[in-house]
Amino acid sequence: MKRVTSLMVAACLVAGCAATPGKSDKAATKKEDAKAASTAPKEPVPRERPFTTPDDPYPSTYRVPQSPPTLIRGATVLTGTGTRLENADVLMVDGRISAVGANLTAPPGARVVDGKGRWVTPGLIDIHSHLGVYPSPAVTGTQDGNESTAPVTANVWAEHSVWPLDPGFTTALAGGITSLEILPGSANLIGGRSVVLKNVSAVTYQAMKFPGAPYGLKMACGENPKRVYGSRNTAPRTRMGNMAGYRAQWIEAQEYLRDFEKYEQKRLAGDKEAKPPKRDLKLDTLAGVLKGEILVQMHCYRAEEMAEVIDMSKEFGYHVAAFHHGVEAYKIADLLAENGICGALWADWWGFKMEAFDGIQENLVFVDAAPNGCAIVHSDSEEGIQRLNQEAAKAMAHGARVGLLVPPERAIRWITANPAKALGILDKTGTLEPGKMADVVVWNGTPFSVYALADQVFIDGALVLDRANPDPKPRSDFMLGQPTEAAP
Amino acid sequence: MRMRVLGLVFALALGASTSVSAADVLIRGAKVYTMTATGTLANADVLVRNGRIAAVGAPLTAPAGATVIEAQGRPLTPGLFGGVSAVGVEEVEQEDGTNDENLVVREPFHEMQLRPEFDPTVAFNPRSTLVPVTRIEGVTWTMLAPGKPDGAAGSFVQGQGAAVTLDGRYDAVLDGSRALFVNLGTDVFSISGGSRAAQFMVLDQAIREACSPGAATEHTLLHPAGREVLKRYLAGGRVAFDVDRAADIRQVLAFSKRNGLKPIIVSGAEAWVVAADLARDNVPVLLDSLLALPSDFDHIGARLDNAALLNKAGVKIAFSQYDRSSHNARKVRQLAGNAVAHGLPFVAALAGLTSNPAEIFGLGATRGRIARGQVADLVLWSGDPLEVTSLADQVWIAGVAIDMHSRQSELRDRYLERLRQNQAR
Repeated sequence: MKRVTSLMVAACLVAGCAATPGKSDKAATKKEDAKAASTAPKEPVPRERPFTTPDDPYPSTYRVPQSPPTLIRGATVLTGTGTRLENADVLMVDGRISAVGANLTAPPGARVVDGKGRWVTPGLIDIHSHLGVYPSPAVTGTQDGNESTAPVTANVWAEHSVWPLDPGFTTALAGGITSLEILPGSANLIGGRSVVLKNVSAVTYQAMKFPGAPYGLKMACGENPKRVYGSRNTAPRTRMGNMAGYRAQWIEAQEYLRDFEKYEQKRLAGDKEAKPPKRDLKLDTLAGVLKGEILVQMHCYRAEEMAEVIDMSKEFGYHVAAFHHGVEAYKIADLLAENGICGALWADWWGFKMEAFDGIQENLVFVDAAPNGCAIVHSDSEEGIQRLNQEAAKAMAHGARVGLLVPPERAIRWITANPAKALGILDKTGTLEPGKMADVVVWNGTPFSVYALADQVFIDGALVLDRANPDPKPRSDFMLGQPTEAAP
Repeated sequence: MRMRVLGLVFALALGASTSVSAADVLIRGAKVYTMTATGTLANADVLVRNGRIAAVGAPLTAPAGATVIEAQGRPLTPGLFGGVSAVGVEEVEQEDGTNDENLVVREPFHEMQLRPEFDPTVAFNPRSTLVPVTRIEGVTWTMLAPGKPDGAAGSFVQGQGAAVTLDGRYDAVLDGSRALFVNLGTDVFSISGGSRAAQFMVLDQAIREACSPGAATEHTLLHPAGREVLKRYLAGGRVAFDVDRAADIRQVLAFSKRNGLKPIIVSGAEAWVVAADLARDNVPVLLDSLLALPSDFDHIGARLDNAALLNKAGVKIAFSQYDRSSHNARKVRQLAGNAVAHGLPFVAALAGLTSNPAEIFGLGATRGRIARGQVADLVLWSGDPLEVTSLADQVWIAGVAIDMHSRQSELRDRYLERLRQNQAR
């Protein structure tokens, strides 16, 4: 007991120490992002501490493209902050939201979009996608989503598997997706780092990488890890084996942090013989979680497992950003809300495995209804990501049937602001507030309909999809020259 | 329009197959999608007697003792088709012990075995939790079919299937709806010679065996029962080919012609490419209108307006999910709605969930329409029946009002109570 306590104190101390420079770093980076994004390549962040992983060795090379100011006039606007404005205008200038309100003036040279009868929302965000790592075509040579060779592969980074030419990015864009998190699969207890991308056309993933977005860590509960490894007669084979597996890793990560701390103290004391501990990719990432720099995105279906993971996060001093899939989240909606954890959920998937047997179609609405609840619609599917708006609409309908009314201005948060929050990018996108990235969708009507289509999609103010004037050529190189038209 | 006498024959036919006796029902003032030449009636009554539709029109008089439902303008449609699925033969997809949809052939291991005689309808469990989950969403029947083969241990000639009604009766198979299911293309290479050419080669061999008097040996593909079954289909039987590539679909058409089969294309991602051929041969397509990606090299031409293009070319279409999502069979409505968003006329989309699949599977005389004499499988909707924000308010199967509860609604209600207590705190 005592040992555990002292470990926790050490972890807190280290985390506390890192917090000060870390914080200012972030603030500085934030401003630089805006500049860097539109001008010069971003300078590598100077290495503050030997045990951090701040070098950003695979930096974002995404640049905000030049585009004229755009004024959308007279639309129904869901701002993503919980507000619905009728007959309102949205002005985008230099890639940012400039203003939202009535009777805005178009700057000279502005592109004016008629919003009459249309709805405008923030760009949609899918917090759970495997596009690029499990791309189309799903053939042997392209399946790079699960490093299922060991139950803990915190050392792998999903971005190193991303194929930017996956045609799924294009179809997701047609559904209004402007940002998305690409995660490793769920075969492993700890699957590796995730990456947040902007849904822009690029040849390299670095050119899609969301500037300034924190990394995530994919972890998985339940049946998948125990099935994959148990069937090989290796740990874990049970749910208790899963928990033991994670805990052993956090203990290692705490030690790793302590070793660096000791080294740092020696160095500061003038010990010239002091040698830094050997850097370890896996522990870099786990330590990043304990320091609060990397956000935990955890695949978990059952209520009691989520509750166990919450206790574990307190045992080791970290925070879970969101439980993904959470088919039983409705059973513990209050517990999730009290702990500031989002539920990234489907509208109606259930029953494909035992831990999904208790799925209900009101799951999102229940999580949303808890005081301070944070509900997110996620896809985990190259089909579902094309219509997150419809998935939200289904949940709204089922909620309404039992008296849980969620108006469109609130439901839109499930696919915009809430995923942005759980990804640590709400200060940059996810709502239509002045200063944020101009990630915007113009819909042909209410987005909460099976007939909804994205008429126009803007990313950082650039018109990247225009349904009335579709690109004559496919965006993905893979589709170029393929016979997709009828034979004569 | 007014109906005076109910044909006794209908009452007799129904009495044999339902466990609950159907009271008379008058649904008054509905927007009735008849799916007949009559079209859509903005404000009509539908009278149900002895499980059949006795009259459609307005105003109708409720017989003594009839239940009267005031529709107040809400849409009334025929009960929906849930696509090709495993509802009632699969409880939890990844738990083998709860799953009867696949034939797993392991011992004795021949190079290849075809078992067309496999028939999962005998494993149908009307007490499955999937049955209420599916029917309270307006899906009253589904095409129960063998699953896609299981890795290296199945047969690409999957076996037979038939339509089942989802009212909970044990003898749920609908007469005359039987079909043979065959899976072609890259999905099943591992059990079919590693090539689509091998697939057609083996099918040709199987047909020869079915037609020859020689005995089955360890080198033949078919057991005696399999020969008998296959032979039956060679006389104009319905064969559903799960196939996507345009060139493969054309091969299926030619193969079917050569062998006297009546083909149905299932999935058909590239069917739009050969729409004219399908229309010429009068071959219907069961499709998933959400397929838009080249998920493999058989799906290069997948596009969201597949349904619209086929319909325009005169091909009869129905909706069925690509992944046979039995648990989410209710999602078929979303397929139809999205097809409308991509150019398919609304009534054609609704036909793809009602009259078309009924006709495709030989049930057109009894199901798929709201017309006198049809079995009263009906759904009263809260709004537009293809809209994701609409829900089924009431479902009738064979004239019986279905209890609109499922295990899911029970779970919902239990935790709704807790949620309300927490909110009140």
